[in-house]
Amino acid sequence: MTVSADQLPAAEVAPATASNAAWYTAGMTVLIVAVLIGASIGPAGPPWWQVPLELLNRLPLISFDSGVSDAEWNIVWRIRMPRVVLGGLVGGMLSIAGASYQGVFRNPLVDPYLLGAAAGAGLGATLALTSGRSITTSLPIDLVPMAAFIVALLTVSVTYAVGASFGGRRSGVTLILAGVAVVSFATALQTLILQRNLELVREVFQWILGTLAGATWADVRLVLPYVVVSCIVLMLHRRHLDVFRVGDVEAATLGVSVARTRLVIVIAATLGTAAVVSVSGLIGFVGLVVPHVVRLVAGAGYRRLLPLSLMFGAAFLILADVVGRTISSPAETPIGVVTALIGAPFFIYLLRTRKVTL
Amino acid sequence: MSAVSFEDVGVLYGKRRALEPFTDRVESGEWVGLIGPNGAGKSSLLRAAAGLVTSSGSISVEDVSLATLHNRERAALVAYVPQDPLIPDDMTAFDYVLLGRTPYVSYFGSETAHDRDVVSDVIDRLRLGEFAPRHLGSLSGGERQRVVLARALAQEAPVILLDEPTSALDIGHQQQAMELVTEMRAHSGLTVISAMHDLTLAGTYTDRLVMLDEGAVVSSGAAADVLTAARLSDVFNVSVTVEVDDVDGTVIVVPRRGSSIADPDNTSGR
Repeated sequence: MTVSADQLPAAEVAPATASNAAWYTAGMTVLIVAVLIGASIGPAGPPWWQVPLELLNRLPLISFDSGVSDAEWNIVWRIRMPRVVLGGLVGGMLSIAGASYQGVFRNPLVDPYLLGAAAGAGLGATLALTSGRSITTSLPIDLVPMAAFIVALLTVSVTYAVGASFGGRRSGVTLILAGVAVVSFATALQTLILQRNLELVREVFQWILGTLAGATWADVRLVLPYVVVSCIVLMLHRRHLDVFRVGDVEAATLGVSVARTRLVIVIAATLGTAAVVSVSGLIGFVGLVVPHVVRLVAGAGYRRLLPLSLMFGAAFLILADVVGRTISSPAETPIGVVTALIGAPFFIYLLRTRKVTL
Repeated sequence: MSAVSFEDVGVLYGKRRALEPFTDRVESGEWVGLIGPNGAGKSSLLRAAAGLVTSSGSISVEDVSLATLHNRERAALVAYVPQDPLIPDDMTAFDYVLLGRTPYVSYFGSETAHDRDVVSDVIDRLRLGEFAPRHLGSLSGGERQRVVLARALAQEAPVILLDEPTSALDIGHQQQAMELVTEMRAHSGLTVISAMHDLTLAGTYTDRLVMLDEGAVVSSGAAADVLTAARLSDVFNVSVTVEVDDVDGTVIVVPRRGSSIADPDNTSGR
């Protein structure tokens, strides 16, 4: 006996009704629209409707006059586009990393900062800022993102080592506990350093709040390799994340090397997270909530969740940045504030209307 | 063919010995029921065979030592159904059963059409067709148990380990689950080792019982030989009557009202 899907109550039928292709098309469409909006809206530059035309004009084989002058195009290409692209990379990376972390730890409250990537990056940035801009300004590169990146990776490594010493097996729970301890320690160190350098508090906090202002193509080139490698590795482990949904024990009896696979996924997610955090500062909420929203609307299977988190996370942060730089223009509203102000009510609405599962 | 041999298999949790060196041979196609009180070592034995705990001694399936195999190779030989499987509510029954094909999918690969065919066959055989597109969260306890067994079957391992397969089910679904295992064996010649609490059910469906107590084997053999009132009172500290059905020889263990006969504190007042 078979029952066709439309005879069952809607909630009991998997959202297989909308195919993967339909979801990916929707994700790409939203992302492209977000990029166009991000590139078109800003305080200076050409009228907003001319920007999509000019972008079209710049495509090979197409040529017409969009009315955008070279000076205006410079604003779009040199100032807005790097910011849009970096926002997309940061949002997409944090979301896919958050989804992966939630998967390997089977914990809905986990975000990509869990094991200390954010606290470490904050500590690294603080160290770089306090050790004297005088030294660093003479260097051709900015030491702050590099220090943030390195200390973030160090912090996560310490978490892993501590988690291993808690018990023979690196179970998800001991790692999370180790993360709590290491994050507290790193934060305390950072506070101690700040307390001795009060004149830097403002600068450090500005960095911690997170911003995409002043993004350049150089920033994009800096993080792009890490994001690409990280995303490829995570995407290749989508099937493993689905197996993790039945728990470590059963995953092991199904032939998965649980500890090793978890380590690979955590390393990949952490590498990408540390890279984007080092250029954008700590933008909260995205890595926690975007994956949940995608789960609620498109289902919890990781094969679809990871690519959709990447696309919707990128689009979400690009749009949040547009809001952040326009609502109180010419002043900027910190992007972390915007993501929380928009994301939290929407998330609560979804939670009230649907049931969240991992 | 896949006989399972255990040679001096012992399990230590820290300093506590959960299983004394255990030696036995489960013949190909045999169904062995492990019985014994809580903490007797039943689950430890199953977990050792599934490779979930480190154990001393050696376990081999048809002369291949499991210790020499990679995780995936072992998973293709031995399937394991835990007592309390973690059920992701928002996963379809089909996708859940498909997880059983994990041992056959290469690290970066994905399931083939053959894997999907195997899953469809199993789903048809267990008459789960109507549940396949539904979320596990919408299924009843008995339906979920069948889906979990389907996943183990889709693994196509010749040996299946079941830890308390009926503990969460009502009497009807208990019987249904046991009949299902019987049917699975008839169809694929599976070797089954199951830990069980219900002694009558264990005696009725399995070929042989192994009774464990405090990590060691107390008795092994046919139900009628293992399930004696004296031994049960000794090992389980219970008062029971054991009856043997005249027609089919089924051994029925009936708990008696009143206090435990082996506990002098309780009997002294009567």
